[in-house]
Amino acid sequence: MLKEFFDKIRPHVEEGGKFHAFRSLFDGFETFALVPNTTSKVGAAIHDAIDSKRIMSFVVIALIPALLVGMYNIGFQNYKAAGVDASIIQMFLYGLIVMLPKIVVSYVVGLGIEFVVAQWKNEEIQEGFLVSGLIIPMIVPVGTPLWMLAVAVAFSVVFAKEIFGGTGMNIFNPALITRAFLFFAWPTKMSGDQVWVSQDSWFGLGNVLPDGFTCATPLGEAAAGVAPQLSMCEMFGGLMPGSIGETSVIAIAIGAVILLWTRIASWKTMGSVFVGGALVALLFDACGAEANQVAHLGLDHLWLGGFCFGAVFMATDPVTSCRTENGKFIYGFLIGALAITIRVLNPGYPEGMMLAILFMNMFAPLIDYCFVQSNINKRAKRISNK
Amino acid sequence: MSLFSQQNKEVFTGPLNLNNPVVAQVLGICSALAVTSQLEPAIVMGLSVTVITAFANVIISLLRKTIPNRIRIIVQLVVVATLVTIVSQVLKAFAYDVSVQLSVYVGLIITNCILMGRLEAFAMMNGPWESFLDGVGSGLGYAWILVVVGFVRELLGSASLFGYEIPVLTDCDFFHNGMMTMPAMALIICGCVIWAHRSINKVD
Repeated sequence: MLKEFFDKIRPHVEEGGKFHAFRSLFDGFETFALVPNTTSKVGAAIHDAIDSKRIMSFVVIALIPALLVGMYNIGFQNYKAAGVDASIIQMFLYGLIVMLPKIVVSYVVGLGIEFVVAQWKNEEIQEGFLVSGLIIPMIVPVGTPLWMLAVAVAFSVVFAKEIFGGTGMNIFNPALITRAFLFFAWPTKMSGDQVWVSQDSWFGLGNVLPDGFTCATPLGEAAAGVAPQLSMCEMFGGLMPGSIGETSVIAIAIGAVILLWTRIASWKTMGSVFVGGALVALLFDACGAEANQVAHLGLDHLWLGGFCFGAVFMATDPVTSCRTENGKFIYGFLIGALAITIRVLNPGYPEGMMLAILFMNMFAPLIDYCFVQSNINKRAKRISNK
Repeated sequence: MSLFSQQNKEVFTGPLNLNNPVVAQVLGICSALAVTSQLEPAIVMGLSVTVITAFANVIISLLRKTIPNRIRIIVQLVVVATLVTIVSQVLKAFAYDVSVQLSVYVGLIITNCILMGRLEAFAMMNGPWESFLDGVGSGLGYAWILVVVGFVRELLGSASLFGYEIPVLTDCDFFHNGMMTMPAMALIICGCVIWAHRSINKVD
């Protein structure tokens, strides 16, 4: 049925048709809905059973648990701050209403730019933004205004992606560039203690909170010198203030299982991020300065802030991470180690995951190069020894 | 040869557009990033470089036949350093605030690649008048890029121009973009200017 629908529209958008200007749009939707039956026309090409659009769909599915818990948490934080009792459904619906516009803005702006560029360069529309567009609203604080999100998304799609040649060619993770842009452009709206709880009431749901209401994240509290009081249950369940999608370890773990089971993400990268983070966290716990609360969080570091979300969904991004198998260990390990180091040693940045991943994105090609070269050298030696 | 021959005109206008030192030759980038967070220091810096390039060009051009080839860089540096010191003292005397804002970057004009490039590539083999035109052209070519970058950065970064806040925009968060006040964004704006410049002039 879908196929008939697309077949009916096709003549209008092909060369000479009335709506040729929307060719890339049509193409994008068609290949998204149906697996294309065109194959490469030149050269030898080895194809997997699923193409990149299907890979992207799996990542989106893996993100859903974290997104749902994030929505519920938005409502939970609002009702908790106002001291009002409400049912789970009410809290979730409130979160949904707050969250939906962010997702819509992120997709409309990002995909809009991608479609325009694809049409302009006469290329096929790329699907990469499908995942970034959902990740972006999940890694910002709930208080981020929509227009800020739009500006940041536009910036990152143009400057982190399109100028490098589009999906698959980017050096840095576009979702993290969006967050980094927001973080450096409007620091007061991205960190501190005023942005983590949604403060308005929508359609009779939620509560209007007084101006100047504050609520810090656990990491923010620790950076300010107060040891955070959290039970294991709160840390794993995700009912604490934080960026929307990053709070619940359990929901992220479900996503991680999906990604690992479908082999979209590499267990090497993901695992070594945790190993690196754990080692450095224990090191600081053992010999960090007494007064520095962040140093003494110990292994709690791994469950707080964006560490899990970054390790599962961002560090494993196949485009910007290492491609050599051994390189993935080093890449992941350094991300974990750097993230904790930034958290502990720089009081200006309570969260180090974003900067650590972006930094290692830059070094991924270098790590790859070293491993490829050492392989070449080994084999050259083997030949010359014969 | 007349003073304003076709050739001389090209010497002057080349660096302003097609052969611009910043966007075509990609020289002098570091000072362009450092001093452009506001419009006023950007303009002062642009003018200082223009004056120094013009006069250094003239002096080196006059001396070009007597300078031994082996020590020409030293001679060039002495001339440039003298001019930079003069400009620096003038700024301190008459525009103290701006000279504080520019801090070391006035002194660093000595190592400005545009300056050394023009002396080596032009003044060492052309007459004083042509060298003067070339120096003014190169300096102004550098200055107008600084002004463009400084304008964008000051407007979007602190909602002001020449240090005066624009009343309509000050309440809008969009015009207080912290990214714009950082040198990283200056590099991106520079890149955008180069992008626009090349697509307008169809340079590949």
